[in-house]
Amino acid sequence: MTAATEQAADPDIATMYRDMVRIRVFEETVQGLFMQSLVSGTTHLAQGQEAVAVGVAHALRPDDYSTYTYRGHHHALARGLDLEAAFAELLGRATGINHGKGGSMHLTDARLGLYGSFAIVGAGLPVAVGLGRAAQLRQDGRISATFFGDGATNIGAFHEAMNLASVWKAPVLFVCENNLYGEYSPLRSTTPVEDLAIRASAYAMRAQIVDGNDVVAVYESAREAAALARVGEGPTFLEYKTYRHRGHSRSDPAKYRPEEEVKAWLARDPLTVARRRLMDAGSSNEAELDRIDGAIGVEVEAAVERAKSAPWPELSEVTTNVYA
Amino acid sequence: MPVLTYRQALNEALREEMNRDESVFCLGEEIGRFGGSYRVTEGLLDEFGPERILATPISELGIIGLATGAAMTGLRPVAEIMTINFIMVGMDQLVNNAAKIPYMFGGEAQVPIVVRTPSGAGHQLTAQHSQVLEVWFAYVPGMYVVAPSTPADAKGLLKTCIRDNNPILFVENVLLYNDKGEVPDGEHIVPLGKAAIRREGDDVTIVSYSRMVNVALQAADALADDGISAEVIDLRSLRPLDMDTVLASVRKTNHAMIVHEGWRKYGAGAEIAAQIQELAFDYLDHPVQRVTGAEVPLPYAQSLEAAALPQLEFVVDGARTMVGKR
Ligand SMILES: Cc1ncc(C[n+]2csc(CCOP(=O)(O)OP(=O)(O)O)c2C)c(N)n1
Ligand SMILES: [Mg+2]
Repeated sequence: MTAATEQAADPDIATMYRDMVRIRVFEETVQGLFMQSLVSGTTHLAQGQEAVAVGVAHALRPDDYSTYTYRGHHHALARGLDLEAAFAELLGRATGINHGKGGSMHLTDARLGLYGSFAIVGAGLPVAVGLGRAAQLRQDGRISATFFGDGATNIGAFHEAMNLASVWKAPVLFVCENNLYGEYSPLRSTTPVEDLAIRASAYAMRAQIVDGNDVVAVYESAREAAALARVGEGPTFLEYKTYRHRGHSRSDPAKYRPEEEVKAWLARDPLTVARRRLMDAGSSNEAELDRIDGAIGVEVEAAVERAKSAPWPELSEVTTNVYA
Repeated sequence: MPVLTYRQALNEALREEMNRDESVFCLGEEIGRFGGSYRVTEGLLDEFGPERILATPISELGIIGLATGAAMTGLRPVAEIMTINFIMVGMDQLVNNAAKIPYMFGGEAQVPIVVRTPSGAGHQLTAQHSQVLEVWFAYVPGMYVVAPSTPADAKGLLKTCIRDNNPILFVENVLLYNDKGEVPDGEHIVPLGKAAIRREGDDVTIVSYSRMVNVALQAADALADDGISAEVIDLRSLRPLDMDTVLASVRKTNHAMIVHEGWRKYGAGAEIAAQIQELAFDYLDHPVQRVTGAEVPLPYAQSLEAAALPQLEFVVDGARTMVGKR
């Protein structure tokens, strides 16, 4: 049996489209809640980057692992995090997936293999190597995927993790969401290479550069990397070129980005790209896709309403889960 | 006297020192065009250019190591770490290198660096973005740890630190940046390692630093209504630690309380309490009290975060109980 035949059947594009729309509506809703001060602290939203999360998630098995960052709602949702539990967490409610203790930067559900959402740049990468190493030791065929930004490739943890995974052929997908900016700095001002995949060659690691706004291209590249990882062929570096539609965090208006650049990327919105694919293939039409959008809007709205009526955490929650 | 925010006071200190001494330069993430995460370096790029206002990649270890190297040649780097939580990534350079070099090399080199960074919670930023870690550095011989609570001290201490020849952790606080206060124009220097008595009193000594000084002062107001006269000491620096000022006060009031935001065990309060009992045991009418953050990582939900932080009532109630007016 080849690794490829172990994979579930390819998801249809419509399913991936639906998953992306759900994330988009979730993020837009969170933005609104933040503006109303119902969500506090900070948020790092991922509108525009949905295809990376959804394409890779569909290439993973339900028992695979992932680690990701403060910009991580899309990764958690793409792996199946319950909408209501996610909203409740952001609203600081007792029913939140992390009991109101983690908030936006730490949405994590271990039952889904999410181990987890880290807010220190680079922190999730060595952890993902550990998850992959555990799968190697148990020989259970699992793999791990670690999601990080372009900026994270400048920090030491990235380089150590890349080397460790490569030298031990750990089953890890290094998924770089290259959205061209780390906070307010364009990549070229901090990084001497434009294609970050070049960095993989220093670790003798396979790498691919892929259109991160085309969910099909993302899925196919991740499926190939996952299949190789599962049969002992080690890690792959996947560089997805993408763009965040909004600012870095909270209410950052992202004035530092040239208008032309923003316009060009908005025209390549991953939702638009997927719609076009569906329509070009004749498998859907404008009206049907709009109906899908509407139905998801209702689903997300219902989840947020339920979350809003959830109870606040008991104060005794402050001291639970700390053991020393 | 001009009234400035804490943030503006820091900005003024940087500008004045960069004008005074060409060997001073700043480095850190987003400190250029964007003016820093908390806008402390705003305007400095235009004034001093990208060579002296060096916006870096996300590389805390690199930032502190680079500063250390440049400092040994006689430059005076002022590194900004976005928040103290990220300093752990660069801690090796600060603790193993910068703090050790003068001694380990037998005086061959000095490391005049200032690492500026904000500490503290209060914005619901949770476990990895709300920590108070300066006390770790205060444990290290060779390090200075300075933490101003007022705009005037922010300016005066930063200027002093930039001129000093030792590695210094300069601790700001996320909730202090918008605080306003009178700040002397031009040359204004505050000596290192000298505490300030913010309010005089006879019944109880409240020792604090950084943002918690404000809480201690509010507590002193509340206590005054009960006829309890509290003396509030702002340490301003954890290393060196001005125990002379603390001890003189405790010998007068016979009651000592330490208030800080960080965790209780092994916190700054532990060291101060130990020294009080070593050096003023016979003057104490009550065990030394500590009011600190709860022993937990910081949670997100507003009510939980508040419950994890030291509250005004704890200080007031603790002081009342101690002096027996409860
Ligand atoms: C070690 C560390 N340094 C700095 C920060 C502050 N910070 C948070 S996100 C970020 C930019 C990261 O950019 P990138 O890796 O490209 O990810 P993106 O936000 O674009 O998804 C920075 C500097 C941090 N969280 N951790
Ligand atoms: Mg980025």
